[in-house]
This record gives sequence, C-alpha cells and structure tokens, in this order.
Amino acid sequence: MLKYLNTALGAAALSLTLGGMPQAAFAQDSAEPIIIPTHNWSSQVVMAYVIGGIFQSIGDTVEYVPADTQAVYEAIRNGDVTISHEVWQSTFGASFYNAMAQGGVIDAGNHEAMTLEELGVPHYVVEQNLCPGLPDWEALKNCPEVFATADSEGKGRILEGPQSWHGDLMPDRIKALGIDDKYVVKFAGSADAIWAELESAKKEGRGIITFNWTPNFTDAEGFDFIKFPAYTDGCRKADGGDGSCGSPIGWLKKAANYKFPKTHPKAYTIFTKISFSTAQIGQMAALVDIDKLSHEDAAKKWLAENEAVWTPWTK
Amino acid sequence: MRADLLRSGFAKFALLIAVFLVLYFAIPAVEGNYLWRLPHLISGWPEQINTFVRFLMYDWWPIDIYDPEIEEYEASPLIKEVTRAFSTAILFCIDLLREFLLGGAKTLAAFVGWDYARAHPELAWPALPWTIVAAGSALLGYALKGWWLALLAACATLYIAIFGQWEPAMETLSLVLIAAPIAFALGLLLGVLAFKSRSVEMILTPLLNVAQTMPHFSYLVPVMVMFGVGDHAGAIATIVFATPPMVRLTMLGLKKVPVEVVEAAVMNGCTNRQLMLKVMIPAARRDILIGVNQMIMQCLALAVIASFIGAKGLGFNLLLALNQLRIGQALELGICIVLIAVVLDRLSLAWANKGTDYFADQSFAVRHKYSLVFAAIVLGCFALAYLGRFIFGDGINYFYMIPHNQGITTEHFWQSGVDWMVENWYQGLQGFNRWLITQVLIPMKTAFLGMPVIATFVLTMGIGFIVGGKRSMATVGMFMLFIALTDWWDRALITAYMATFAVIVSGTIGFGIGVLSARSDRASKIVLLVCDTLQTFPSFIYLIPVIMLFGVTDTSVLIAVIIYATIPAARYTIEGLRAVPLPLQDLGLMSGANRVQSFFNIELPLALPHIMLGINQTVIFALFMVIIGAMIGTDDLGQYILKALSDKNGIGNGLMLGLCVAFMGLAVDHVIQTWARKQRTALGLA
Repeated sequence: MLKYLNTALGAAALSLTLGGMPQAAFAQDSAEPIIIPTHNWSSQVVMAYVIGGIFQSIGDTVEYVPADTQAVYEAIRNGDVTISHEVWQSTFGASFYNAMAQGGVIDAGNHEAMTLEELGVPHYVVEQNLCPGLPDWEALKNCPEVFATADSEGKGRILEGPQSWHGDLMPDRIKALGIDDKYVVKFAGSADAIWAELESAKKEGRGIITFNWTPNFTDAEGFDFIKFPAYTDGCRKADGGDGSCGSPIGWLKKAANYKFPKTHPKAYTIFTKISFSTAQIGQMAALVDIDKLSHEDAAKKWLAENEAVWTPWTK
Repeated sequence: MRADLLRSGFAKFALLIAVFLVLYFAIPAVEGNYLWRLPHLISGWPEQINTFVRFLMYDWWPIDIYDPEIEEYEASPLIKEVTRAFSTAILFCIDLLREFLLGGAKTLAAFVGWDYARAHPELAWPALPWTIVAAGSALLGYALKGWWLALLAACATLYIAIFGQWEPAMETLSLVLIAAPIAFALGLLLGVLAFKSRSVEMILTPLLNVAQTMPHFSYLVPVMVMFGVGDHAGAIATIVFATPPMVRLTMLGLKKVPVEVVEAAVMNGCTNRQLMLKVMIPAARRDILIGVNQMIMQCLALAVIASFIGAKGLGFNLLLALNQLRIGQALELGICIVLIAVVLDRLSLAWANKGTDYFADQSFAVRHKYSLVFAAIVLGCFALAYLGRFIFGDGINYFYMIPHNQGITTEHFWQSGVDWMVENWYQGLQGFNRWLITQVLIPMKTAFLGMPVIATFVLTMGIGFIVGGKRSMATVGMFMLFIALTDWWDRALITAYMATFAVIVSGTIGFGIGVLSARSDRASKIVLLVCDTLQTFPSFIYLIPVIMLFGVTDTSVLIAVIIYATIPAARYTIEGLRAVPLPLQDLGLMSGANRVQSFFNIELPLALPHIMLGINQTVIFALFMVIIGAMIGTDDLGQYILKALSDKNGIGNGLMLGLCVAFMGLAVDHVIQTWARKQRTALGLA
C-alpha cells in the first residue's frame, strides 16, 4: 500500500525534475519477489521449489502461488505470476500462444527434456499380451473388447484428457485411421480422473487405453505409448491434414512475464539457462511420489545433491 | 375443496403431459426447423462480453503509471489500476494475519520495501507457536460459551497440529478470517439497504438469485481477469460466493420484526440509527445468525475451488494429494476444513449470543481475567517452545511448529480401505454399472436430447402456468428462452438430464431418511450433524474413489451428485416435519387416525411446503455438483465451463454458461417457491 504511495510520489518527483528520463540500465535484481506458480502435480511443484531455490541462492526473493494450469498464462501476461517453468507443447501450447499473441508473455527457451503426449497402455497390458501386437496401433483393430467399458456399447474406450487440452484431436485421429467403428473416445474431466482409472485398472489387471505423457510419474511403473503413424508437419486435421498421425515429440518450454528480464536481469538469465532433462524431472517426482518427502524437502534435497548441475547456470 | 383442487390440478397436468407427448413425437428432428431447435441468436454474446471486458480492463482510459522496478512509465488502464489497488489492500490484510500466525516478511516489506526487508532479515516476524493458537482458541471458546466449546476448539486445533496440517490450515484460516468479516459486513449492509429501500431490493433480488445459482467455476475467470491470481483473488471469489445468503437472511430477518417492536422503539425516541442498530438488528438476530452460519459454511466450501485461482492452504494441498491419488491424505485435509468451519461457526454463534454483562463494578482481576489468562498462555507457550529447543535438540521442535509431513497420519488405513473396496467391489459393481448406463441413463439422455424445443417450452411454461398463472409462465419462459438462443441448448439438455436423475434419487433418499429420523430427537440431531459435515466436506475427495469403482462415466458423476444433493432434501424434511405443532398431531390421533393416516393427512401436508423448499435446494445443489462433475468427465455445460478457464473467450463463455445453469435453477426455483407460497397461504401457515 505504501509502495503505491511511494510509486506515485516518486513518479511526481521524477516528472518534475527530469521529465521522466529513466536511469541507465542496471544489472542488479530487484528485491521484489519473483512469483512462481505451483500446479497440482509433483514434478512441477518440486521444480518450482528447485527454481525458487536457485533464485534464492543469488539473493533474490521468491514467492509461490497455486494456479490453474490453463489460467496461469493469462496471469503471467498480467504480471500476477512471473514465470512458468513447465509449458507442455500439446497440452498448454494453445493457452501459451494465446497469451503470447495478446502480448505480455515471453518465451524463455526450452528444457532439455523432450516430451511425448500420446495415447498408451500400462506396461502390463503389453507384458501380459492382453492385445497381441501392441504397442503398434494396428493391433487395436483386433481387440476392442479388451478395452470396452460399461458405457462404450461394446466398443473399446479410449480415455482422452479434458477436451480443453487438444479439442477433437483424438476423435479425428481414430476416424482417420478407420477404427472409429471399434473405438470411442471419452474425455476425462481432469488428470486426476485418468490416474484414478489407471490405478483401478491396475488393481484389476484389465486393459485400458489412456492419454498420458512422459516424463511423468507413471514412467516408474512402465507405460507404453502406442505407435501411431509418424507425425509430419501439417498432418493434423487442424493444420489441414487428414489427422491419421500420432503425436510429435514435443518441447517443454519456459515462459516469463515481459518485465522479468528488466526487473530481475540476473534471475532471468539463469532462467533461460535452466534446462532439466527427463531423468532429472523423474528424480524430482520420485522424491515426492516414492520417497514421500514433502515438496519443499524434496527440492532442498535435489538442490543439495545436484549442485554440479545447477551452479553453472548461476555463473 | 382440497380434493377438487387436486383433481382440477391433476386434470391440467394430464392435459399438459398429453400435449407435450404429441409435440414430442410430432415434431421432426430437422435442423433449421425452429420448432425443433431455436436459432442461435445470441451466440455472439460471449464474444461481445469478452471484447467489452477486455476493452475495459486493458484499453479504456489508460493512465501513465511509473514502475520503479523497471524505471519506466507504462500505460495502464484505469480500471485495472483500481482493481489491482483493491487486490493489494486485501492481500495486505491476508498477509498481515497470515504472517502473524506463521511468520514472514511481506508485511514488513509492504511498509519499508523489499530492499530494506531483505537487508534486515532479523526484523521479520517469527511464527507464533501453534500451542498459543490452540490454547487461545480454547480459551476463547470457554470465554464465549463454556467448557464444551473450549473442548471442541481444543480438539480441532490439536487435530490440525498433530496431523501436521498446521501451516496450510493457518493459511486457509487467514484467508477466511479476512473474507468472512467482509462478507458479513457487506451482507448486513446490503440487507439493511434492501430492507429500507424498495428500489435497492428490486435491483438486488435478481442479482442475488443469479449469484446463488451460478456454478462456482463461472466466477473464477472474471475474478481472475479483474483481480489477478493469488490469495486475494481467492478471497474475493469467496466473498462473492458467501455474501448472498447473508444479504438474504438479513432482509428476511428484518422483515419479520414485529411492527409493535418498531413502534415501541419509535415511541421511546429512537433515532433511525438507533432503531436499526439497537432494535431491529438485535430483534432479527435469529435469521441473521442463520445467515452467518450459511456464510461461514460457504467460505469453507469454497476453500478448494479458490485454490484454482491462487488461494494457498488446505484446498491446494488437497488437490495435490488427490492428483497423487492419496485419498487418505486428502481426507485428513478435508476433515481440517470441516473442523475449521464447525469451530468458526460455533464461536461466532456463541459470540453473537453472548449477553452484555452490566455489572461493571468488578475488580481489575475479574474484569480482565481472560486477558490475564491469555497473557499467561502466551508466556507459557513461548517458554514451552523455548524448552522444546533443548528437548528436541537439532530436530524438529514439536512445541513450536509441526511441519506438514511430520505429523501422525491415518493415510495407510484409508488407502488400504480404498484398495480393498476396489479389489472386492469392482467386479460386482460392473453389472450394476452396465445395467444402469445401458438401461436407464443412455435411454434417458437420448429422450432428453430428442425433445423438440417447442415441447420443452410447452412443458415447462405449462407447469409454470398451472402453478403460478401467467406471470410464472412468462418468467419460466424467459429463463428458458435465454438458454435456447445460445449455442448450448443440447448441452443444457444433458445437464438437465443428469440433474433430473440426481434430483429424483436424492429427493427420494433424502425424504426417506428425513421421514424416518424426524420421529426421534436423537436421530434428527445425528442426521443434521451429518448434513452439516457433508456440506463443508470437499466433494472432490469422493470423486476419486467413485471413479475407481465406476470409471469415467455418467454413473460416477451422478453418484457424486447424489451424495451432495441428498443433504438439503434430508435436512428440510426433518425441519419441516419437526415444525408441525404437536397439538395438531395429537388432534389427529384423538380423532382416531392411526400413525400412517396421521402422517399422510396431517403432518405431511403441513410440512410439504417446507419439504418442497428442500427439493428446491436439492435442484440447486444437484446443478452445482453436475458442473463440478465435469472434473470427472461430462459432455454437458460443465465441460465448457471448465474449458472457459483456458479459453480465449473465457470470460464471456464462462459467464454465459454460468447464466444458463443459473437460469435452469431459477426456473425451477421460481415454480417451487410460488407453489410453496400458495400452499402455505392455503393451509393458513403464512
């Protein structure tokens, strides 16, 4: 509140004396906190604390704020949140570019980790040969009944993520591949719904096809992505193709508010250098999901054990 | 007389149904036939709302704001600056309270700037030992009510601390302790204004109606765009959601104050101000207190949803636990939310009911006994925390703060319970699930979607006409017309199908439970307690086990809806039946009626208006939960409301979709309220 008063007074004084000439660029980071969003999955939260820890190591102040995964880009745009460190290509790409087009969000580079967001089956489905020929997609033609559910009317059911993630991509795909007479796509309402179905299927040892991604906590127990025809540019229906292709290997981006490079030049430089690999993201998730540490403790532990990884970024 | 009325009403309904069926089968399902589906005349509205809000928030009246961080002037729209200043003020209050409880430097930084705060970390406020808060709230409970409340407060705080949820619980508490008083003051003020001025009431009533029937998710996008993301946004969403019941019950309470009381006050020379503050509000306290109770319940009910837009605390941790499928942990967090709700509710109730002590002639020690005890508690707890440093050495000082993974937990018990359930019940439930979906739900959904728009209008407006005449018919028609002209009529039909199914089942179960337990004092008390608990218990928790058993299907959504929507049906049935005066029941028995006859001919008709209000609430609750059911996976309005969070046209879509749901609720609400009012008059109850 007083800050606002200061701002106004400062503005008045400055405009009286100098006519508002800004001072020369300065290399020091502002003491204002850098606001890092936390979403509702482990690796993202741990990574938030890890990145926060790195910023703190150079003396910056950080703050964490819970935010919805889709809504966060609008928040970055408005400056309510400073960065986002996990922008998944196919799930959040649309929201990210949307916000970017309206101005206020900048692309702060990619992580080393490549991502795949694709339909797949838990590893036991392949191992126990519930549907011979998987993970090749052609195998799906012969065993829709393995994946049938109460509401699929005898067809195999494909559990897709929320419709807001990639619209009608999957329905279009199964239609283009000519298996829409054997399969139906059901949209789950949230990631949680997918995990709950996977867990329940695992207990029963029954077949299930869901949308999933890697790196993810499911990597630990094994998850086999179905091999659809390779992705080529423009093969998707939205891009003018027929839609009969699988997902591309995708990027994992970092986004920042446009003021971030100016207010925190040092932290911003570090942020652009930060690049986690699939294995590192897996480690972070495992510390919480398997070792049952709290997210903050997991981040502390990771930072302590991996100084060789992150200290070069701060130089 | 009654039989005639019934018969004529019955005949009208029969005629209506016949017309409906003829229309249903006669109108062909052809696109472009306006009797089948109306044209989407207002499908451009979301875009327009969006453009308008964007213009207002991002372009209208730009003023130059100096940003000291980047040492540049930036053009920023006026409204945005105003709303952000408001956000900053609310955030400041929340942080102040939060840092008082948990420690931190943000409040300090707000006064002296971050540079100074960072340079002097020793000035940052340390966290208050949890023992002080626990003992303090117990003392407060004792001071306000007595040993029972002290015990309740102590148990609740102990539970929260021992289970390692102290930090998130205090974060949630600090948000609620700011949001609730604001909602209270705002509600009281608006209620008084609406009572005093007819025109304010005219404006406020429809706004309240919409606000109370709009699904929570629809608020989120507008609040986020206007106020940003963070605890302040969570608090503002909470205030918006919690104020309406407060306004409504204040109005209701003030209207019920007997004229004699007002006259007596005026005769005694009360000024207007005295009349309101010293006479009317105290006289209306019973209803106002129900408003406070509802308001606090709403505040905590929003704890989880507020975390979608940045509220820290129990809600966020709960979502995190659910994402890892840690049901046990989520359950413990959910219980914390319920406990906070119950304790706050009881404390505020006790505070409001506490009479003023007019015996002022007491010694210092007696007058200030609670302050003195509290001072002793503070000293004692600090000493204990200090002692803890030696007892626990370098480890965690349990007398100071219990970190959230260091408490005891019953997680494994619940987890294995869920595992056991899935392993043993899944197969058995599949048959039921398949039968329900293929034999009941899919046919019902198809039937709803196959309804020509004209048939729907005839049916709904016809019911409106029979119950409330032309006025009701027009009201219902307007609500329906709005929905029919949007792009989402078919989706609204799916929402309607799910809500209808849920209301039928919930109504039956709730009514049954209510009738069975209303006979006994103890049973009623227990059921009402369960209702209170379930109402604040975050519904997100049972979504997961339900999905595990029934998959991502409509069955899962409906089960979640039914659990939630049964609450008001049971509650209002019990209240209605228990409010039937005993002499009337005795009269029936004396006239030779047996228990069953007395129930059907005396108690039930007398209680029915109130029970119908319960069904009304059931409809609203069902609509809310169907929308939250989108988190499981639905293809109705809810799916789009969730989608609005990431949409380019999020604000417009979210609001319009929210209005569609609200109007469905309001149409039902209008019909039932009208019926209940008429029935009451007919029975001489009003």
